[in-house]
Amino acid sequence: MSVSRFLARRLLYSIFVLLGLSVVIFIIARIMPGDPARMAVGARAPQWVVDRLREQMHLNSSLPVQYFYWLRDALRGDFGMSLVTQRSVTNDIKEFLPASLELVFFAAVLAAVGGIGLGVISARYKDTWIDNVVRIFSYTGVVMPSFVFAIIFVLLFGWLLNWFPVIGRLSEQTAAPPLVTGLMTVDSLIAGRPDAFVDALRHLILPALALAMGSMAQEARITRSSMADNLNKDYIASARALGIPERDVMGRFLLKPSLIPTVSILGLDIAAMLSIAFLVELIFNWPGIARYGMSAMLHKDLNAISAVILVLGAGFIVVNIIVDITVARLDPRIRMRAARSE
Amino acid sequence: MAQSANISRELPVSFTPQQIKQLEHESKRENRGRSWYKFSRNPMSVVGLVMVVALVLLAIFAPVVTPYPRHAGPFTDFPHAKLVPNLQYLFGTDQIGRDILTRIVFGLRSSLLMGVMVLVIVVPPGVLLGLVAGYFQGTWIDTVIMRITDIFLAVPALILALAIASVLEPNLWNGMIAVSLMWWPWYTRLVYGVASQLRNEYFVTAAEVTGASTAHILFREILPNTVSPILTKMSLDIAWVIIIGAMLSFVGLGVQPPEPSLGTMVSDGARYLPDQWWIAIFPALAIVVVVLGFNLLGDGVRDMFASEEV
Repeated sequence: MSVSRFLARRLLYSIFVLLGLSVVIFIIARIMPGDPARMAVGARAPQWVVDRLREQMHLNSSLPVQYFYWLRDALRGDFGMSLVTQRSVTNDIKEFLPASLELVFFAAVLAAVGGIGLGVISARYKDTWIDNVVRIFSYTGVVMPSFVFAIIFVLLFGWLLNWFPVIGRLSEQTAAPPLVTGLMTVDSLIAGRPDAFVDALRHLILPALALAMGSMAQEARITRSSMADNLNKDYIASARALGIPERDVMGRFLLKPSLIPTVSILGLDIAAMLSIAFLVELIFNWPGIARYGMSAMLHKDLNAISAVILVLGAGFIVVNIIVDITVARLDPRIRMRAARSE
Repeated sequence: MAQSANISRELPVSFTPQQIKQLEHESKRENRGRSWYKFSRNPMSVVGLVMVVALVLLAIFAPVVTPYPRHAGPFTDFPHAKLVPNLQYLFGTDQIGRDILTRIVFGLRSSLLMGVMVLVIVVPPGVLLGLVAGYFQGTWIDTVIMRITDIFLAVPALILALAIASVLEPNLWNGMIAVSLMWWPWYTRLVYGVASQLRNEYFVTAAEVTGASTAHILFREILPNTVSPILTKMSLDIAWVIIIGAMLSFVGLGVQPPEPSLGTMVSDGARYLPDQWWIAIFPALAIVVVVLGFNLLGDGVRDMFASEEV
């Protein structure tokens, strides 16, 4: 009851934020100098073509009316044509989004597993050399931007050691599996092609790791400090005094509440990965939505830019909702507060 | 600050104005000493301070300290292109024969300028909106300001900044504007949190009943108490803004060539990996050094204000 109420309020609020975002995007798209209709048909098209297109695009109406038409089309999933690819933007996004999702998802898993693992280890071996190594790693991850990691990985693992491929999603000699989900690893499993799966995974590791490093470092830092804080609390002492095995004290009593800050920050980080992927995809030549969005930005392809931002903004909001729910599940205090405020 | 003056005025013993001035002077000096003690307790903060001062000095005196100041501009020397780091060119030369060390030092200028200018642009409006929304908490003013803030905080800053930079003409100043447009909400939210608590404090009520103007309450009563969280956030934010600036120029939406910028140098150099690794690696490391310096400094500033935080 209270959880569903909480969820409903959260969803309503997200819709409001998305609408607000659409207004911001619309304004950005309209402050651009130049005539969108002229840009769509090119400089050599006769004036009457431009005029007709202006009429079709409702460019002669007032701004609020233009916004209304734009929003109506966007809600129908119609973002117009891309100037660069000369195809419908919706199709382009359907093609490029899965590659980014695969990358971000894999990076999120790496960040969560690696970060929590490192954090637990360094809390367990607090103030030993292991703790110090993890601390130095955390600081490196915080001060080094992802694109610097990406370049170092390309050099080190791609060229010097030659362990992993550094371009694209599949090797040239590997035939792509039939398109089902658009996630290369999943598709190759569906097609029953272990060779393609391994190849796709090998292509995925370096960009995902570059994308995950900053978040992993932060996760490790937060998990460690939150575990160290909770370790001194009375309930841990009383659990130990009750003779509960140390494994259970660590795993059930200490770890679960200590993960609450980690999960909140992880959510923010995953959302941020959607945008940092812009740079990582450029370096690894990863055919994702970020690279598509980037080329749209460099060519001032307004329809594509608006759609990319709206899609990523929606993704950002969805991730945040998931985080809120997860945190509420981990933290009974939040559930109780929601129940009490009924 | 405002409070210390109030306290001395309310002391039961009577002091001459000179004595009060003297006391205030001494307490200020004592506070300074204590702040420095808290800041320098962690030696890494001092390292950060030294790094930042050194970087700023390097950037300011770039034309004097660099070996080839002319290489900062549209300069070509193809016979000396892509040279491995050597005694003549410590960090090697780039694809058209310019000294990479020189260009890195000049590139510091736009990075630092970006970091400072964005905060200069962002902090006053962000803080003002937070103050107003916090003080008028629960009214429509609060609702309007904070809901708009939420919208801006709900999208990835980098992407919107990229989008804004792309519809404007790409250059350093538009990059700053783009990042600034995305950055103010953080300060609004921060100050909002502090101000909405302080509005119920007695000193604010006291000012209200004595008929102080809203401006007086906002700027003389509440604002001074928000200074330490703001300064802490600013000192930690500079590093972030510099990273975002480097990202903008990395994708070609920031500083335009031939003007040197660290992000552009990395993305140009990335095309010559792995054989001419030095073209990309040294500017990339320079970014790391800048970010590290500001992060260490920021940690120190945070420690300095730690006990005062609301």
